[in-house]
Amino acid sequence: MGVAIAIVVVGVIAGLLLKGIDRKLAAFMQSRIGPPIAQPLYDILKLMQKQTIIPSTAVRWLFTGAPVVALVSGIVLLLYISLSYVCYITGIHSAIQGDLIVVIYLILIPSICIISGAFASGSPYASIGAQREMVILMSTELPIAVVVVSIAWHVADSMYNPFALNSLFEYTLWNHAGAFGILGGILLLLAMILVLPAEMSKVPFDQAEAETEIAEGVLVEYSGKLLAFLLLTDAVKALSLSSLIVILFFPYTFANLFGLSFSIGGYSISPLVEVAFFLVKIIIVYSVGVTALRVIMARLKISQVAKLFLFAVSAISIIGMVLIMLDPKMKMI
Amino acid sequence: MKSDITYPLNIGPVHPAFKEPIKFTFRIEGEKVVGADIDFGYTHRAIERIAQERNYIQIIYLLERVCGICSFSHPMAYCLAMEDVAGIEVPPRARYIRTIVGELERLHSHLLWTGVAAHEIGFDTLFMYTWNIREKVLDCLEELTGNRINYAMLTIGGVRRDITAENAETIHQILEYYGELYNRASEILLDDLTLRARTEGVGILTMEQAERLCAVGPTARGSGLMKDVRVDYPVNAYYEIPWLRPVSPRDIGKEPIGDVYDRMAVRVLEIQQAIQIIQFCMENIPEGNINTGGGAVKMINSLKKLEGEGVGRYEAPRGEVCHYVILDNQEHPVQIKVKAPTYSNGFTWAPMLTNIEIADIPIVIASIDPCVACADRMTYIQSDGSCASISWEELRAKSIQKYKGVRKRWMK
Repeated sequence: MGVAIAIVVVGVIAGLLLKGIDRKLAAFMQSRIGPPIAQPLYDILKLMQKQTIIPSTAVRWLFTGAPVVALVSGIVLLLYISLSYVCYITGIHSAIQGDLIVVIYLILIPSICIISGAFASGSPYASIGAQREMVILMSTELPIAVVVVSIAWHVADSMYNPFALNSLFEYTLWNHAGAFGILGGILLLLAMILVLPAEMSKVPFDQAEAETEIAEGVLVEYSGKLLAFLLLTDAVKALSLSSLIVILFFPYTFANLFGLSFSIGGYSISPLVEVAFFLVKIIIVYSVGVTALRVIMARLKISQVAKLFLFAVSAISIIGMVLIMLDPKMKMI
Repeated sequence: MKSDITYPLNIGPVHPAFKEPIKFTFRIEGEKVVGADIDFGYTHRAIERIAQERNYIQIIYLLERVCGICSFSHPMAYCLAMEDVAGIEVPPRARYIRTIVGELERLHSHLLWTGVAAHEIGFDTLFMYTWNIREKVLDCLEELTGNRINYAMLTIGGVRRDITAENAETIHQILEYYGELYNRASEILLDDLTLRARTEGVGILTMEQAERLCAVGPTARGSGLMKDVRVDYPVNAYYEIPWLRPVSPRDIGKEPIGDVYDRMAVRVLEIQQAIQIIQFCMENIPEGNINTGGGAVKMINSLKKLEGEGVGRYEAPRGEVCHYVILDNQEHPVQIKVKAPTYSNGFTWAPMLTNIEIADIPIVIASIDPCVACADRMTYIQSDGSCASISWEELRAKSIQKYKGVRKRWMK
C-alpha cells in the first residue's frame, strides 16, 4: 500500500514537471523567460489551500465527483502504461500486467468525466466547451483505435501475446518491418503525435478550453481543490499518453539496444539509467507533439478540427495500417 | 436538419477576449451565432463634462487619457479644433514633428493590434513577437517625448519638444530596424496557413454596408472604401506628401471582400506606409519654430477672448477621430464633443457578427480594433441611481433640449 502511494506521488510529480518543462520550452521559443519548471507544482499547492466554490446552478454530486473520478482514472492509466514499462526496464517482470484494449478505454474516462462535470456546472461557457470536447473525443477515437490495433496486430503473428503490453516492450515494429512497414509505422506515429495535443487540449486543438472564446470552457466554474484535481489529471494524462507513444514506437532501452548495463562499485545502476532514458524520451515526445505544435499554430475552429481528424488523420492512420498489412516481411494472417 | 433551439450567450462585460468592459449578448444555435446585441456604458468617465471645468491647455492632457493607445490622436484633433476657432497658423516644423509622432503612434498601435488579434485566435507566439518588436518604437517615443504612451507632446499652435539631432539618429535607426523586419513580418502575417484559415471569409463587411454604416479607418479600407482623413482632409504635413493615398488590399493584388484578413492586410500595409511617411518627413523637415511662442498663459488669455465653434479631424490608427468645441469668452469651453473611431465602427459589428461561429466572435470583435473607452460617451442614470436603456425618441428629445441650453448661453 505504502509503495503504491509512493509510486503515484512520484508519477504525479513527474507529470507536473513534464508540464513545467513544456511551459519553459514554449517560453524559450516565444523569446520569454517563462515560469520556473516547478510552477505547475506550486499551482497545485496553492490551489489546495484555496476556497472551492460550487455554483448554485450546478448538479452538486456530479460537479464535485467528476474531477475525483477523472483523477483516479488518470492515475490508473499511469499505473497501467508507465508503471508497467518502468517495471519492465527495471527488471521486475512479474509486476507487468496490462492490456491495450483497457488502455484505450481508460484514455476516454478522464475526458468523459470532464465533460460531465462541465455539463453539471450549469455554465453556458462550460457546456459549449463540453460539446466541443465531445466532438474532439469522438473524432480522435478512430485514429487511436487504428494505431493501437495495427501495432497489436503486427505483434499477433509473432509468438507473443497480442494486445498484452509486455509483448510490445519486446517486439518492436521497426526491427521486424520492411520498407512498407516502416513507412506505415511513420504514418501511424504521425497520426498519434497529432492526437496527443487534441487529447491534452492544447493549441491548435484547445477548443474545449479556448481562453479568448469561452473563458477556459470546461474548467470555467472549477476552483480550489476541484481545479487542482483537474490539473493533476491533466499532468498525469500528459505523462501516460506520451509514455504510450514511447511504448508503441520507441520501447528501446540501453539493454536491448546496445546490450549495455551500468554499475558503480559493484551496484547495478542500470534501472536508474533506463528510467532516466525513458523520461528523456517522454520529454522529447511531448515537446515535439505538444510544445512545438502549440507554439507554431493558431487555434483552429471546431469544425476544422472535426474535419481534420475525421478525414485527414483517420486516413493517415488507415493508410499506415494498410501499409503494415502489405509488408511482405510480416506474415499475412 | 435545422434545430429551433437557440440559447443566449453573454460575452462580457468582463471577458478574457476583451481588454475593456463591453457586453455582447448572442443568440446561439449549436455553434452558430444567429443574433447579436451590443451594450456599451461600462467605462463611462464623463470626460466631456470634466473638460468643461478645465482650461484650454489642461484639456490637452485630459484628452490624452481618453484612450491609452490613441493618446496622440485625441489631443491632436482637439488642438486642430482649437486652431480652427482661433485661426492659429502652426509653424511648418511643428507640423512635421506632429506628423512624425502621429505616424510612430500608428506604427505601435498597429503592432499592438496584431498582437491582440493573434492572441484572440490562440496564436500566442505571434503575440509575444509583435509586442516584443513594438518595444523598439515605444523606446523611440520615450526618447522623443519623455513618455511611452501619454506623450504630452502637443500644445495649441505647435508642439512642446523639438526633434534634436540625437533623436533624429534614433528615428533613423528604428526606421532601418522596421524596414528590415517588415518583409519577414508581413510574410508571417499575410501568408501563415493557420492565420489564413482563421481570418479568411470571416466577419464580412461588404463595401455597401461599410458605406451605409459610416465605417472609418482600416475597417472601411478593408472593405474597399478609399477613405482616409489624411488624404481627404489633410492636416499637418500630410498634404505635402505627393504619393500619399489610402492603402487597400488591392496593393497586395487582392480584391477586398471586407473580411478579417483584409482588415489585417490593411493594417500590415499601413505599418509600411507609416515607415515611408516618417522617412519622408525626416528628409524634408524644415528648420524653424516649433510653436507660436509665448507659453500656456498667453495662449489661454488669447483664447479666453474668443467665441465660436471649431472642428478638428484627424486620422487616428483606428480611423477618423473628430473633436468639436464651442468657445464663449470663458477660460474653459462651453461644450466639447469627442467622436472616436469606434463610435462609427461599432455599428459595423451588427452585419459582421451574424452567421459566424462562436470561435470567430473574439477575432471579429477585435478586427475593428475597438476602443471601448473612446466610444463610451454616455450613460443614462435614473434618479434611483440605476442605469437604464433609453429609446431613440427620448434620447433625441433630451439632446435637443440640452443643446438649446448650450446655444442660448452661447448666443446670450
